[in-house]
Amino acid sequence: MNHFGKLLKEHPFFQDLPYDDLDFIAGCCTNQVFKLGEMIGREGEPADHFFLIREGKVVIQTFIPDRGETTIQTLGPGDIIGWSWLFPPYNWNFDVKAVAATRTIAIDGKCLRKKCDDNPVFGYPVMKKFAQVMIQRLRAARIQVLDVYHKNPPA
Amino acid sequence: MPKNYFLQPTFFRITQKIQETADTFTLQLASPDNTPPSFLPGQFNMLYAFGVGEIPVSMSGDPSRSDSYLHTIKVVGDVTTAMSRYEVGDSVGVRGPFGNPWPLEDSKGKDVVIIAGGIGLAPLRSFIYYLLNHRKDFGQVALLYGAREPDEILFTNELKEWKQKLDNQVYVTVDFARPQWSGNVGVVTTLLSRIPFPLDDAVAFLCGPEIMLRFAAAELTQIQSDNIYLAMERNMKCAIGHCGRCQYLDNFICKDGSVLPYSKVKPFLSKKEI
Repeated sequence: MNHFGKLLKEHPFFQDLPYDDLDFIAGCCTNQVFKLGEMIGREGEPADHFFLIREGKVVIQTFIPDRGETTIQTLGPGDIIGWSWLFPPYNWNFDVKAVAATRTIAIDGKCLRKKCDDNPVFGYPVMKKFAQVMIQRLRAARIQVLDVYHKNPPA
Repeated sequence: MPKNYFLQPTFFRITQKIQETADTFTLQLASPDNTPPSFLPGQFNMLYAFGVGEIPVSMSGDPSRSDSYLHTIKVVGDVTTAMSRYEVGDSVGVRGPFGNPWPLEDSKGKDVVIIAGGIGLAPLRSFIYYLLNHRKDFGQVALLYGAREPDEILFTNELKEWKQKLDNQVYVTVDFARPQWSGNVGVVTTLLSRIPFPLDDAVAFLCGPEIMLRFAAAELTQIQSDNIYLAMERNMKCAIGHCGRCQYLDNFICKDGSVLPYSKVKPFLSKKEI
């Protein structure tokens, strides 16, 4: 197993994939470290990569006039950043910023898309993993808008 | 002092009042003889604001402390509004303790996941005190706490203290935050991925709004539903299982709960009729 294959195996997102698949994905990987306050992605800009967080803390934000930068969700070790690389137009939907020194495995989206397109037997389980994260995030966002702790929730 | 604490309210004197947040406060209540009946974590008292009404409120204090009760109360209606105006020296009617506690004996030797939402941290605080007093009886512990916004986070100083005592495994998040907030943002279930130990041999105690319980329990897929416990709420009146106001399936929440195993309520949590 190669270096990135081992790192991928340590991360909860990919750890149940077979070793061969992890080695296959490893060809698209680099290490990337973000400093405190560094932008990882900017809303509307190309989303060429996604990231597996190994250490650190990241926020997903958007800018609301009169309210400023508003954090929607915080991500940490074991989480993944980004699926905008999966679907056209391959642009970030939100800003993503490191709020602590953050170590990640960066995965080239174009590279992985090609591997998935060329080999659907490999690509289908990978896509299912992303779908699972999307479902979790969607569910979390839906609960968030319900404002469940508000004592007089909107009727 | 009446012989029966369950049927007739006893006058307890407020000996301390702590304003926890803008709309949440803690009352320390001393019985006339300073030795109120002992309680177990997860139990509740019926608190009576004279001339206004009576409500169930869980104990939020240390169960090993025998001189008084602590009750943490969020202002949501007439009774809690009346109580929010009480000061030290005023009296509150108390009946109790009622209800089943968290399953303390059955949880010993296991890892523990505590998930609290909003005011739901208050009933769990008495369990956290118990757990810290009996730390060797339990395995690893993780506390996940979600609040609406930073100003509504309860027991902020204790959360820091618990973090030290629980190997940093205390995670706090808010649903909505101002730009200045440097903590976590997102619903409490997003913290589940932070738990650093496997959940196969864990028990989970959940307290918060029922919809939060529903979604959080559903995400605890690694834990057997028999080992997940929810603090359920229903409108209560008598608190001794007679009036039927708090009936939930074949249980009375006041008598058989408020702590119930998820395995028992799971099929019915999403039934609108119940």
